[in-house]
Amino acid sequence: MPVLRWIRRNLIVIAGLLTLAYMILPNVVVMVFSFNKPNGRFNYAWQRFSLDAWKDPCGVADMCGSLSLSLQIAVWATVGATVLGTMISFALVRYRFRARGAINSLIFLPMAMPEVVMAASLLTLFLNMGAQLGFWTILIAHIMFCLSFVVTAVKARVMSMDPRLEEAASDLYAGPVQTFLRVTLPIAAPGIAAGALLAFALSFDDFIITNFNAGSTVTFPMFVWGSAQRGTPVQINVIGTAMFIIAVMVVVVGQLIANRRKNSAR
Amino acid sequence: MTQQQTGGDVRLTGISKTYGSFEAVKPLDLTVPQGSFFALLGASGCGKTTTLRMIAGLEEATTGTVSLGGQDITGLPPYKRPVNTVFQSYALFPHLDISENVAFGLRRRGIKSVKKQVAEMLELVQLGDFAKRKPHQLSGGQQQRVAVARALINHPQVLLLDEPLGALDLKLRRQMQLELKRIQTEVGITFIHVTHDQEEAMTMADTVAVMNGGRVEQLGAPADLYENPRTTFVANFLGTSNLIEGEVVSAGTDIVVAAGGGKLRLPTDRCTAPTVNGGKLLLGVRPEKISLAHADDADAIADGRNRVTGRIVDSSFIGVSTQYVVESPAGEALQVYEQNIERDARLTPGAEVVLHWNPAHTFGLDAAQDIDAGVETVEDAA
Amino acid sequence: MTVTKEAPPAPVTAELKVRKPSTRKRLVPYWLLLPGILWLLVFFALPLVYQASTSVQTGSLEKGFEVTWHFQTYWDALTDYYPQFVRSLLYAGTATLLCLLLGYPLAYLIAFKAGRWRNVVLVLVIAPFFTSFLIRTLAWKTILADGGAVVDVLNTLHVLDVTSWLGWTESNRVLATPMAVVCGLTYNFLPFMILPLYTSLERIDGRLHEAAGDLYATPATTFRKVTFPLSMPGVVSGTLLTFIPASGDYVNAELLGSTDTKMVGSVIQTQFLRVLDYPTAAALSFILMAVVLIMVTVYIRRSGTEDLV
Repeated sequence: MPVLRWIRRNLIVIAGLLTLAYMILPNVVVMVFSFNKPNGRFNYAWQRFSLDAWKDPCGVADMCGSLSLSLQIAVWATVGATVLGTMISFALVRYRFRARGAINSLIFLPMAMPEVVMAASLLTLFLNMGAQLGFWTILIAHIMFCLSFVVTAVKARVMSMDPRLEEAASDLYAGPVQTFLRVTLPIAAPGIAAGALLAFALSFDDFIITNFNAGSTVTFPMFVWGSAQRGTPVQINVIGTAMFIIAVMVVVVGQLIANRRKNSAR
Repeated sequence: MTQQQTGGDVRLTGISKTYGSFEAVKPLDLTVPQGSFFALLGASGCGKTTTLRMIAGLEEATTGTVSLGGQDITGLPPYKRPVNTVFQSYALFPHLDISENVAFGLRRRGIKSVKKQVAEMLELVQLGDFAKRKPHQLSGGQQQRVAVARALINHPQVLLLDEPLGALDLKLRRQMQLELKRIQTEVGITFIHVTHDQEEAMTMADTVAVMNGGRVEQLGAPADLYENPRTTFVANFLGTSNLIEGEVVSAGTDIVVAAGGGKLRLPTDRCTAPTVNGGKLLLGVRPEKISLAHADDADAIADGRNRVTGRIVDSSFIGVSTQYVVESPAGEALQVYEQNIERDARLTPGAEVVLHWNPAHTFGLDAAQDIDAGVETVEDAA
Repeated sequence: MTVTKEAPPAPVTAELKVRKPSTRKRLVPYWLLLPGILWLLVFFALPLVYQASTSVQTGSLEKGFEVTWHFQTYWDALTDYYPQFVRSLLYAGTATLLCLLLGYPLAYLIAFKAGRWRNVVLVLVIAPFFTSFLIRTLAWKTILADGGAVVDVLNTLHVLDVTSWLGWTESNRVLATPMAVVCGLTYNFLPFMILPLYTSLERIDGRLHEAAGDLYATPATTFRKVTFPLSMPGVVSGTLLTFIPASGDYVNAELLGSTDTKMVGSVIQTQFLRVLDYPTAAALSFILMAVVLIMVTVYIRRSGTEDLV
């Protein structure tokens, strides 16, 4: 049977594409249901087509406020974690110092720990200190769990950098600051950017740790969580779809710019 | 030839480098005259690159001083030294194009109009058309020339070259050797060149310092080093030497040594070791200095020549010459290179032969040394 | 504290004076490490200490808590909540295995078969990340809804009969069953499996496949003896990155499951934020941490991979 043989030969491709479909299906559902006009409070069953939610994306009380809060936290957490993580990465790759093993474990452990454990223990600390839960406690928590991921991403890049490039710069009359700005930073940039992007995504989407340490502050994921109990407005799907489209567009534009640069260099 | 009079001699005084308990470079004194092409030659791990990096300022000297034109620069960081380096595997900045790579040093010193200088420099290394390319779009030889241009554009007083040709294939390497030599005579800057390739060192440099185990074994002009090695390491590392162990019989203007059942002579002024009657001595002779005669023709050999009898065990024809390996009482595997002018058809493996050479071509070394020091083995053959 | 006078420098010749690298230079790495490491010490390590102390305290919210070394809390927590523990490990383990089975072909596809589509597929794997995972998890409520297309198809194929018999689903429904929770966990952590797998597969030199073929290996043998062993670092870090967060997750269990599918994360959250029984919550969270760390350590030792993630 030629059909069976074709299937057998392309088994991996078929299996891979099925997985891909499994991964994308929810996004398709989110997108389709952003045009739904549900009966009642929950947006789980298809009723009829409507553009209402797209016309008024902030029409739900508190949703856009929580979205803007999440974005602010994500930006600051990204900045904090990227700066601290990049410094650690350079120290780990470029220098010899005491207690390297202990420091490596301290960086690895947050990634090897279920979120709920970190969330609960951090809350214990804040309760003991009598800290006011809110924006700052969320930010502190986010920088903490993003840090290790930034270190992993940046370290990989710095490790593949030839240390002789920096020596060459200093041999060519660049002082330490110039060397860092003109050579080290531009070459490490892709790793740092990857780390920052990862930190942004992790922080923006975090629910468990935030839920423990937010007090009465509501971030966007917490709003979605709450709405699953109270009723899911269609606007949630609008935001989800918009984020997906923006992300794809950023990647596509970035790719196009990179291609252009490659071509013009030729 | 234009000589720039801005520079001066590079002088290393008691300089050394220790990593933990490992002595990479033992305290050494070295003077590199201005305008010379100086080579530091040695196997990997001999301390030659560390020495170079201490001159560049990339490595802090544990002891001693580096001075340039009489001025002590030991405490200066690399970016304040009037010295530039061509790095092993070039270290071109991957994010900058070729012209920005070359302009890097000028820009860091605050020079604004670099265009003309960069263009001229790229012409000098014949890369004018490549100014806008990125380093990874260039071949190895082209990258190497960019690295030279990037260093030379700064008019350093000394140019340091760290195995600059190591990554190139043999043919390109020979070509670049001549190219670098041309550039050096053209600009007249002092070049200090680190290499493990003895042929490269001898073709390019006026003065070669042979390094071994963190110290300079011998220093001199290439021909002088080759003809008059003072240690077994130099004798074996620079070219090939036949080293024959013998016992001193008498010493006058000539030293007579008993070796392999015969007597060999050498001029006293070519022996660097102390001679005592009855003491041991190593006799050395280069393979191309030896003539080979079939045992049947032994009577035809002129008197007064050193003779060793033996049997050919191997011969390989390599075009200009034939290389023989001869087994004899004086040594298990003596090397003989014969020019292919009139080949004796009887000289095949198994043939009984007599090796003879002019006693003046013999040198004497201290027998207390390792006879195989500096011999290239399969592992470190390039 | 006594102040000792510094010994006069030993007489050395000026030339051979040994230079020590300057103190400022030696301190550079410590300055670079200080802020980040301090952050982790204060907001990651110190909280664990606080939690350990809380877990052996007794008292009440009104009177306050005191350390009484009451280890009984651990025992009580374990006996009360062991079903949730077992369930967490079981669900997380199943989801990890499913992620590996589903993710490997896709990672392989991207690394070796996608050609010029590689970047497109990679974007499709990563882009869903940018829609909040809670929104995407809620979408599964629609997909697996009773009487929906998925349930209908599974019903017609009698798949649900089998899964019901196994206890994975209940009479013609998928939502609010273990299968829905595992399906959600698998979905949510698939990218964490695929990306490390892809990274390690992509490093494999394509010529190795040719070399294996040249040395009489069939495609299946090539995979078993060459490709898979070389992708082990990806498999190890992928399974860790999937299993660890999945074991502590409670979002999927709460959104897609029922009270019978609660995982230990839910219990910790409830004890901590609603019941306000801090010692029990702390003890539960400590047990979870210990179990995960032990499993991870044993796993890493056995798979023999030292460089992680």
